[in-house]
Amino acid sequence: MQIKVTINGKMVTWDVEQDEFLMDTLRSHGLLSVKKACETSCCGLCTVWLEDKPVLSCSILSLRVHGKKITTIEGVPKDAEEFARVLTAEGAEQCGFCSPGFIMNVLAMKNELVNPSEEDIIHYLTGNLCRCTGYMGQLRAVKTYLGVLV
Amino acid sequence: MKKIDLKCVGHSMRKIDGMAIAIGKPVYTEDLVMSNALVVKILRSPHAFAKINSIDLSRAEGVEGVECILTYKDVPAERFTLAGQSYPEPSPYDRLILDKIVRYVGDEVAIIAAVDEKTALMAMRKIKVDYEILEPVLDFEQAVGHSSVVHPEENLSCNFDIGLYREKNIASSFKEEVGDVEEEFKRCYEVVEDVYYPQAQAHAMMETYRAYTYLDHTGRLVVVTSTQIPFHIRRQLARALQIPSSKIRVMKPRIGGGFGGKQTGAVEGFAAIVTLKTGKPAISIYDRKETFSCTTSRHAMRLKVKVGADQEGIIRAIDMQVLSDTGAYGEHAATVLSCVGHYTLPLYNKTSAVRITGNAVYTNKMPAGAFRGYGATQGTFALESTVNKLAERLNMDPTEVRLKNISKEGETFLTGQGVQLRSTSLNRCIQKGKELIGWKEKFPRCEIGQNKVRAVGMAITMQGSGIANIGTTSVEIRLNDDGNFTLLSGATDMGHGCDTILTQMAAEILEIPMDNIIFVAGDTDTSPYDPGSYASSTTYVAGTATVKAAEDLKKKILEQGAKLLGVSLDEVEPNGLAVRTVKGDQEISLVKLAELTILGAGKLQLTGYATHGSEISPPPYVAGFAEVEVDQETGKVELIDYVAVVDCGTVINPNLARMQAEGGIAQGIGMALYEEVKYNDLGKMATNSFMQYKIPCRKDVGKVHVAFEESFEPTGPFGAKSIGEVVANTPPPAIAHAVYNAVRVRVTRLPITPEKVFFGMQKQ
Repeated sequence: MQIKVTINGKMVTWDVEQDEFLMDTLRSHGLLSVKKACETSCCGLCTVWLEDKPVLSCSILSLRVHGKKITTIEGVPKDAEEFARVLTAEGAEQCGFCSPGFIMNVLAMKNELVNPSEEDIIHYLTGNLCRCTGYMGQLRAVKTYLGVLV
Repeated sequence: MKKIDLKCVGHSMRKIDGMAIAIGKPVYTEDLVMSNALVVKILRSPHAFAKINSIDLSRAEGVEGVECILTYKDVPAERFTLAGQSYPEPSPYDRLILDKIVRYVGDEVAIIAAVDEKTALMAMRKIKVDYEILEPVLDFEQAVGHSSVVHPEENLSCNFDIGLYREKNIASSFKEEVGDVEEEFKRCYEVVEDVYYPQAQAHAMMETYRAYTYLDHTGRLVVVTSTQIPFHIRRQLARALQIPSSKIRVMKPRIGGGFGGKQTGAVEGFAAIVTLKTGKPAISIYDRKETFSCTTSRHAMRLKVKVGADQEGIIRAIDMQVLSDTGAYGEHAATVLSCVGHYTLPLYNKTSAVRITGNAVYTNKMPAGAFRGYGATQGTFALESTVNKLAERLNMDPTEVRLKNISKEGETFLTGQGVQLRSTSLNRCIQKGKELIGWKEKFPRCEIGQNKVRAVGMAITMQGSGIANIGTTSVEIRLNDDGNFTLLSGATDMGHGCDTILTQMAAEILEIPMDNIIFVAGDTDTSPYDPGSYASSTTYVAGTATVKAAEDLKKKILEQGAKLLGVSLDEVEPNGLAVRTVKGDQEISLVKLAELTILGAGKLQLTGYATHGSEISPPPYVAGFAEVEVDQETGKVELIDYVAVVDCGTVINPNLARMQAEGGIAQGIGMALYEEVKYNDLGKMATNSFMQYKIPCRKDVGKVHVAFEESFEPTGPFGAKSIGEVVANTPPPAIAHAVYNAVRVRVTRLPITPEKVFFGMQKQ
């Protein structure tokens, strides 16, 4: 079946299977920042934006995004790099495998929350698992990025 | 090597790959796969222990798009080990790529390769297997002498004696004793003992296991794999596939976490055999379920520990009896077992007698493997919990008991064969930790109302830095034709940042910016030999090799500079990207030097080279302190604060070291409070997704504070020791101690769940 979607600002028409998930569609079209890690909607690594809101692309059928707007980290390079510079200055990317999904959620949080407290930040990002860093470095980076008092 | 005016070392340099991986550039194994690669799927055993009578492939082979299906009849009959260990491995050769006997739920039965995943899965469902079901060995405490023998095959072999008694299900046995422990206990004023059960833990790295294989332009097998051990993988594959290792190239791209999991071979052989049989590229990716249930975990253990002390609280005797569950295969059975004592007993050296005995047993469960901490984690939980119990019996502050008993610089320990401890700041780590957690005010407990109580607990730990006399690595650095440098190493960055710190060290020695060094690693065709990133090796062992290679090259550059400037060697010095005379009247840039030497008349490629292995494995230390809040109505434990003060010698990169520490502590917190690999009565893993197996999320870790108390290790690069593993060990005993101090419930079976605490309180 065919879907028409706006991917990172560009209108495309893609052939998808009925049972295909958005994550697989995106990867198969070269958007390789989108990572698969759990298959149970638990880890947050596949986070992309659907109509500017963060979603788990492993749990959305590609057919469902027909006519919609999808953004991956490849579509927001400037903002992503700005935060990534802060994140890597802390060393808090470590293996980096969870970083793209995490960054997409951080950027979404920045758009959504006004003056978030540390508690708000932790709550918003809870769905993004990381096995390397123990989260403290990520938190320091987010607070620095948002100008929240460390 | 003095630490003065360091420009790179000791600074929080960004990881050289940091930006690319953070913003999702395609640099991991799966990102590199050609679109025509066959997809490999594996049919796995539904039974814990069974013999395959027959396999019917007729329906499966008829599925359009299926390229090949392989069973035990199609693989070489030579047994091998997947252990990531230097040759000769102290591991039983107890595996085949596919075997007629399946030894755990998830063991491999058939390999299916097809044009895409759907086709492979469809074919897989059409394979019919007739099994003869055997009685499995599921309880590791019943394994020795069980009527079932997990490895009945006669052709299982070992490179040397590791105390394997196949017919008794003992993969390895171990004994070390100095002095007469029993006699010493009789002389002790206080003797305490207990039995501990640290659980199996899953690595749960974010990138699951995967390998991509193809044949290159000369017909050699190329294996791109997410591994910590490229050279060991090459050797394993050569044996498993029965092809010359010269016909294999193993490459490691970026890795999405390892934690020891990727120190055991996993998926490589399945993709490789498909490529060899079909001549086509192949990709095998384990899903999360397979990663949980068909790879390896931390060894579950039972440890009986007895500690005796005199009236002053000086520990005189320690006895540890270990039973370790290696599961269906014995890759790391012997070494993890021996490390239990190896990385705990030297903490306390006022002893007159110590003994450690143990068996690692085969069971019909997923194999255990290497996991950050590698036996030290389990041993630390047991020994430190016992020392905390001892302190209470003696009515002494547990931190004081540590300060009285720990090994000091210049001292030796009973099982250490006379090797002197050259660097430790553990006493300072303990003092600093006490301050940071507020020990004086908080120990042992305080009621905070609403049925809640807060308490603190502590533990100390050590590890090694590389494997003495075994872990040997080589590094090559060359001056390139354009005046830049290439650093060739076999060390495998799995996210922890060794590419960066080795570059920092080389830049420091060569007195050049890091940007002028191209770091190349993780390719068996081009890298000098390195065993891989495990055993806390990269900073200490590969780091020293890097320093030596850089010094070698620096000398050659200065010699060449002097020659080209027409002066003697003692008249020149490095000046950034140039060599100049000490007087400062003449200078030649490295670009010019390279041009005249490498391109032109010089006819000399300048290369620095070093091979290094250490005769000792200096211990890093951590003093860990936990503050918990326990709900006395429900038994719920909340971690309020965790303080870890680390002695890793010189800190090469403060940010990366802190991140290693914080991450290791989070894994330790997971082990203490949440994580457990569980099986049902039939031996099927019950915790095979993140829905059932809980790793800490960011709400679960409380606040983790890491501080460093540097020591200076004279045998390490710039005074450095290791940090990767030691940081994982203190949370289980420190948190258990805090829980005990809160509600007088001593949890000896990890994890410390609300149920255990609740029922413990009910019994009081």
